[in-house]
Amino acid sequence: MLHTLAVLVENHPGVLTRVSGLFARRAYNIESLSVCQTEDPDISRMTIVVDGDDRVLEQVTKQLHKLVVVHKVVDLTSEAVVNRELALIRVKVNADSRSEILQTVDVFRGQVVDMGRSSVIVELTGDSEKIDAFVRTVRHHGLMELVRTGKIAILRSDN
Amino acid sequence: MMEAESDLIMEPESGANLTGAEILLKALAAENVELIFGYPGGAVLPLYDALLQSPLRHVLVRHEQAAAHAADGYARVSGKPGVCLATSGPGATNLVTGIANAYMDSVPLVVLTGQVPTTLLGTDSFQEVDITGITMPITKHSYLVKDVREIPRIVKEAFYIAGSGRPGPVVIDLPKDIQAATTVPEEASLNLKSYKVFGKGNAGQIIEAAKAISASKRPVLYAGGGVISSGADGALRELCRKTGLPVVTTLMGIGSLPHEHPHLLGMVGMHGTVTANYAVDDCDLLIAVGVRFDDRVTSGLGHRFATKAKVIHIDIDPAEIGKVVRAGIPIVGDARQILESILERVEAPEIEDWWRQIRLWQEDHPLNYSQTDLSPRLIMEKIGELAGETSIVATDVGQHQMWAAQFYPVRRSRHFITSSGLGAMGFGLPAAIGAQLAQPEGLVFLVVGDGGLQMTMQELATIVQYDLPVKIALLDNGVLGMVRQLQGVFCGERFSEIQLHANPDFLKIAEAYGILGMRVKTEAEVEGAVREAIEHRGPVLMDFLISADEWVWPMVPPGKAITEMLGR
Ligand SMILES: Cc1ncc(C[n+]2csc(CCOP(=O)(O)OP(=O)(O)O)c2C)c(N)n1
Ligand SMILES: [Mg+2]
Repeated sequence: MLHTLAVLVENHPGVLTRVSGLFARRAYNIESLSVCQTEDPDISRMTIVVDGDDRVLEQVTKQLHKLVVVHKVVDLTSEAVVNRELALIRVKVNADSRSEILQTVDVFRGQVVDMGRSSVIVELTGDSEKIDAFVRTVRHHGLMELVRTGKIAILRSDN
Repeated sequence: MMEAESDLIMEPESGANLTGAEILLKALAAENVELIFGYPGGAVLPLYDALLQSPLRHVLVRHEQAAAHAADGYARVSGKPGVCLATSGPGATNLVTGIANAYMDSVPLVVLTGQVPTTLLGTDSFQEVDITGITMPITKHSYLVKDVREIPRIVKEAFYIAGSGRPGPVVIDLPKDIQAATTVPEEASLNLKSYKVFGKGNAGQIIEAAKAISASKRPVLYAGGGVISSGADGALRELCRKTGLPVVTTLMGIGSLPHEHPHLLGMVGMHGTVTANYAVDDCDLLIAVGVRFDDRVTSGLGHRFATKAKVIHIDIDPAEIGKVVRAGIPIVGDARQILESILERVEAPEIEDWWRQIRLWQEDHPLNYSQTDLSPRLIMEKIGELAGETSIVATDVGQHQMWAAQFYPVRRSRHFITSSGLGAMGFGLPAAIGAQLAQPEGLVFLVVGDGGLQMTMQELATIVQYDLPVKIALLDNGVLGMVRQLQGVFCGERFSEIQLHANPDFLKIAEAYGILGMRVKTEAEVEGAVREAIEHRGPVLMDFLISADEWVWPMVPPGKAITEMLGR
């Protein structure tokens, strides 16, 4: 099962290596990882999607806590969260396919951010499933290049 | 006393500029460091220069690996963090085995390495290696110092991290220009926002544990290195007295109860006693204290280990709990404090029947003497008898290590020093050096094999240079005995590359270093030789010529349950 972890770490060089090295040597699988500075410039936030059962998750969390540079680990999997991923996708176009592709982009509420003679670049944000679905839909036109940020997640405001 | 001296010599007039090297040495003195094991080189020139003016004692080893192992041995005996120092590049990489060893056995070390100047970092410059990167998986934490003003804080944090919680090694990598840079050092304080040390243990869980012990019918306490490092051996003895619990130990737990203690069933696991393994297999309550259910204990079969038991798992590292075996009553915290709290609440369970069963196993399955001319068991027992209760024994890795573990009558905690988790040949001699320096008046025996001795034999020079009266018991079988035994059992006696054909004449080696050497071939000679070794005021090497056909029994083959022992 996929779990989404928010990991608050010190914003130092080498911290990413410590975290990713821990996953590698304990044989935990990282599905995706994204990291950037937070509202506090001394702290970075990593969103890590990791595959494993509850027991693996428990170990991952405890081992992460042991790193001196890790401040906090929160499992967002079963929480009410907003998930987003950003993708930039280069799709092949020609006169025949152009309008169909543009329509698909519309349906997915994406944006065309660059248009060339034989390809377009589509920008898409949403949860991972939405991006997967878009990719499936346009693939037969010719998927030339795909960049994804990996998931980021934040707890919903309490109401 | 060291601090007072250091004040005299090094206390600057307030506001004086000091070099990074001077600040570092001052910071070490402030941590009550008295001894550094090290080896110089280009990238630590400023440090060695500053050392000339420092009250810190430096022990010059002959290979950096020995500096790390000696600091490790020193830490295990003294309970204080050991400190070692090496130059950049090859000096630093030579420390790696020693760092890994300390990490596996949770030994507090502060490891200082020189590094190329910050201006050259990352350029593949001469003797540059990324030692913080290389050691990341085998350290508790590490620092690459980028600013001389950070040194006091980093040293303070390093000692705190190394020695607190679950102890372990911390590396401080010191670029040469940082050692030479000057500043006016400021008072340092810890800046560890998220580092947490667990102490007392959850009160509710402690009550649960005490209840479970009081109600148990077939309890076993499984004691590991955590009992020793937390100083819980006294509480353990008291618990035994109050409850009558039988105790098994890991290799790391040897010494937590005296060898002759009536409640001690011996070591558990691969080369444990039959009784200890049967008792763990059959118990209804396993009280695991400061242990990690290592595969040398469980055979890598957590799910087939103590299957009838409810498990109380006491450990200071939360990540150890549930890692291998699910604990019914987990308690995170300091073993000593937790055992003391349990003691206040526990009542003696009714376990006479259980003890009757245990005594039957003990009668049916004693550890046996071998039938050769010079039995390793006899050697261990004789040394233990003559060396007395306060003797410290350090071992290397192999068959001789297991014989020492089984038969040397260790009576005190911190008196059995061995490489357990890493099983690093070459550990013994340098560890004995560290042990002797931690207990200068103590009687230190090294039990070592002919293979392992040759991995760090150069350190014979160190014991001579520093006048360390280490008594070396070389169990000389002419082979890599433990591997030969494995090949005997698992490879149908197809022995491959285990013969040490060109062993030197170890008496001549001893003589070359100025060490008293003796050769012992028969059991009749053992007592005289050991007596002479103890009476001799300097180091001694006793070359015990034992048979290559001596095997360590019993033995649980890897992958088999602990009740499936060979050679019982
Ligand atoms: C550095 C290292 N290399 C290899 C091994 C594998 N190994 C374990 S025991 C052993 C044999 C040790 O031989 P010796 O020191 O003569 O001791 P004996 O078993 O004969 O008592 C070997 C090679 C090891 N533990 N450590
Ligand atoms: Mg040997």
